[in-house]
Amino acid sequence: MNPVLIRGGRVVDPSQRMDAVADVLLVDGRVARVGQGIDAPEGAETIDASGLVVTPGLVDVHVHLREPGQEHKETIRTGARAAAAGGFTTVVAMPNTDPPIDDPAAVGFVLAEGMRSGGARVFPTGCITMRQQGEQLTEFGELINAGAVAVTDDGKPVVSGGMLRMALEYALTFDLPVAVHEEDPTLARKGTMNEGIVASRLGLTGIPNAAEDVMIARDLVLAELTGARLHVQHVSTRLGVQLIREAKARGVRVTAEATPHHFTLTDAAVEAYRTDAKMNPPLRSEADRDAVRQGVRDGTLDVIATDHAPHHYDEKEQAFEDAPFGIVGLETALGLTYTELVATGLIDLPTMVERMSCAPARAMKLDGMGSLAEGSLADVTIMDVRAEWTVNPASFLSMSRNTPFTGRALRCRAVRTLVGGRTVWRETQAG
Amino acid sequence: MPQAVPSLGKDLLGLEGLTREQITGILDTAEAFKEISERPVKKVPVLRNKTIVNAFFENSTRTRISFEFAEKRLAADTVNISSTGSSVAKGETLVDTARNLEAMRIDMVVIRHGASGSAQFLADRIASSVINAGDGKHEHPTQGLLDLLTIRDHRGPLDGLHVCICGDVLHSRVARSNIHGLRKMGAQVAVCGPATLLPAQVAEMGVTVFRRIEEAIEWADVLNILRLQLERMTGGFIPSLREYNRVFGVTRARVEAAPRDILILHPGPMNRGVEIDSDVADGPHSVILQQVTNGVAVRMAVLYLLSGGQPEQAEAAKTGGAA
Ligand SMILES: [Zn+2]
Repeated sequence: MNPVLIRGGRVVDPSQRMDAVADVLLVDGRVARVGQGIDAPEGAETIDASGLVVTPGLVDVHVHLREPGQEHKETIRTGARAAAAGGFTTVVAMPNTDPPIDDPAAVGFVLAEGMRSGGARVFPTGCITMRQQGEQLTEFGELINAGAVAVTDDGKPVVSGGMLRMALEYALTFDLPVAVHEEDPTLARKGTMNEGIVASRLGLTGIPNAAEDVMIARDLVLAELTGARLHVQHVSTRLGVQLIREAKARGVRVTAEATPHHFTLTDAAVEAYRTDAKMNPPLRSEADRDAVRQGVRDGTLDVIATDHAPHHYDEKEQAFEDAPFGIVGLETALGLTYTELVATGLIDLPTMVERMSCAPARAMKLDGMGSLAEGSLADVTIMDVRAEWTVNPASFLSMSRNTPFTGRALRCRAVRTLVGGRTVWRETQAG
Repeated sequence: MPQAVPSLGKDLLGLEGLTREQITGILDTAEAFKEISERPVKKVPVLRNKTIVNAFFENSTRTRISFEFAEKRLAADTVNISSTGSSVAKGETLVDTARNLEAMRIDMVVIRHGASGSAQFLADRIASSVINAGDGKHEHPTQGLLDLLTIRDHRGPLDGLHVCICGDVLHSRVARSNIHGLRKMGAQVAVCGPATLLPAQVAEMGVTVFRRIEEAIEWADVLNILRLQLERMTGGFIPSLREYNRVFGVTRARVEAAPRDILILHPGPMNRGVEIDSDVADGPHSVILQQVTNGVAVRMAVLYLLSGGQPEQAEAAKTGGAA
């Protein structure tokens, strides 16, 4: 592969506290040099990045790629390409497929399909428990050998505290991150949106904040008890943010996610029974949304992740209570984060890159990613922070279109995404 | 003579979206139509050549029959679709139902469905008028209107009247339509029941919350007593029906202890001896049977107005003019 020289961009790399106009030289799939006035080696491809921002490739630690089992919603290939179009160079795939990914062969399949995708890198996770039934641990060691980077029963909580304790303790053997979807099913019951005045008016059963809060509290206690690495997925409540903040202050090894939809929208988006705003955890109140924003700002929520959850339109075009939870997120995440958090002055650009690249790579122990330090993998996102665009689901590379952001005006988008020094997505002139 | 009011638009999905003037227009029209049911020949040609589908995907004999009477008295052609089970049988989705109804080129659809929002779902997808006859736990606007009409018949204008909705507000579409309708008409509204059966943040809908039935009765001019949905009571909402009757039941002793002559409504069907005692249901304060009578008139009014009729022409329409 020819070397690539990215010239004259604003290089923002929080992993080495860098924010300066510089050149980035990629050779043999690695970052060879970052600095001013680098000469292009023989046969190098040169990319003019003047006026653009060059960052370590974005990492999304929470996506649903639906393969195997629901290939009408998304495949590993289409998901990896949608990720690249959104500026992501790496995605971590959730194991709640059909069947769930709970054995090494299934992990190997996801890894291999990802490599063939021609898009972002795809790293599999394995289930915490067999079939996600909460009764028997999967073979963590075998899953890791096959390529899993973490374990999670996402989509479902680990209902039994005793079972999660064992998972955390056993994960210590490998220092494996255990990612958790926090929901007490006896409190969530059959809820389909946030419990509150909107649900009361619409006559929909609510999911109270407490369903999430009590599980976050429990799992923080268990992480403290065991000393294991806990990763709390898609935090949506103000108390949840506060509990994690306090646990971090005590030294608990916990990382946590914020999703763009939870820091952008409230449950008002569900008005008129819009199934594209149906997700789990649900969109919550303004106070919760603001707490999630503050959590991103102060680093309590160190990771921005999409929870990309594609669904076929037939499935979303149903009565609200019958429609599945989830929205697609890969192709709107960067624009939403920039527009909602950076353009509003809540966080600066380096913090955005930290939350979308460096921190997620660290949370999932993805060595060589989330950095442009010499020797790192040549995964780079080039973005135009001045770009103004409108969300048009018809142009998504994802197979699904379920987004509540249709027609929303956003700023900032990825114009070029490189994985291992190879361009996997490039914005065409038409844009 | 009723004033000219803005038309209802294409659909009647709930009382939340209506103005005070529109509600008044419906009630006045219903008042004019009441007399039709007193005639020996209970039929006027107001909706002649109009086709109406009654699509009941959830059991409700009372509401369906009330709509059928209303449609027949206005001389509409009607078809009934029904389906047992809480939702449409697996395979045919609500969107398929909508497409089929659209293809049949009907004028109006009356829909009862177990899913909240189903009436709006249908209305967004078909050109015909949609009347919500109860969608999940959301709204049941014609029931709300007939309650308003019944209260107005007995107590005059609703402004300032104290109306308390008692019981399982959480699962009740009637409660939501009542709250919106009564508040628009200027009444003061309260709800009373165990907190397990009240919706989250219900006070934000502009209602007072009573936790004790004695306090509610002390305060109210009108009690609208909701049916305890026994099939839902397995989830630990209340300890037992017996306890519910002891703590929240509207008993004769409680009604007689009220400081004023209280009006008792119940949307039916009643669980006698649970939320309401028989001597109250059949007693002098009860207007429960009149609610049933008013239900037909209200539904005639809604059908007439949605098909383009004007409240001020209701009297003339009765004597033979088509809408
Ligand atoms: Zn989840």
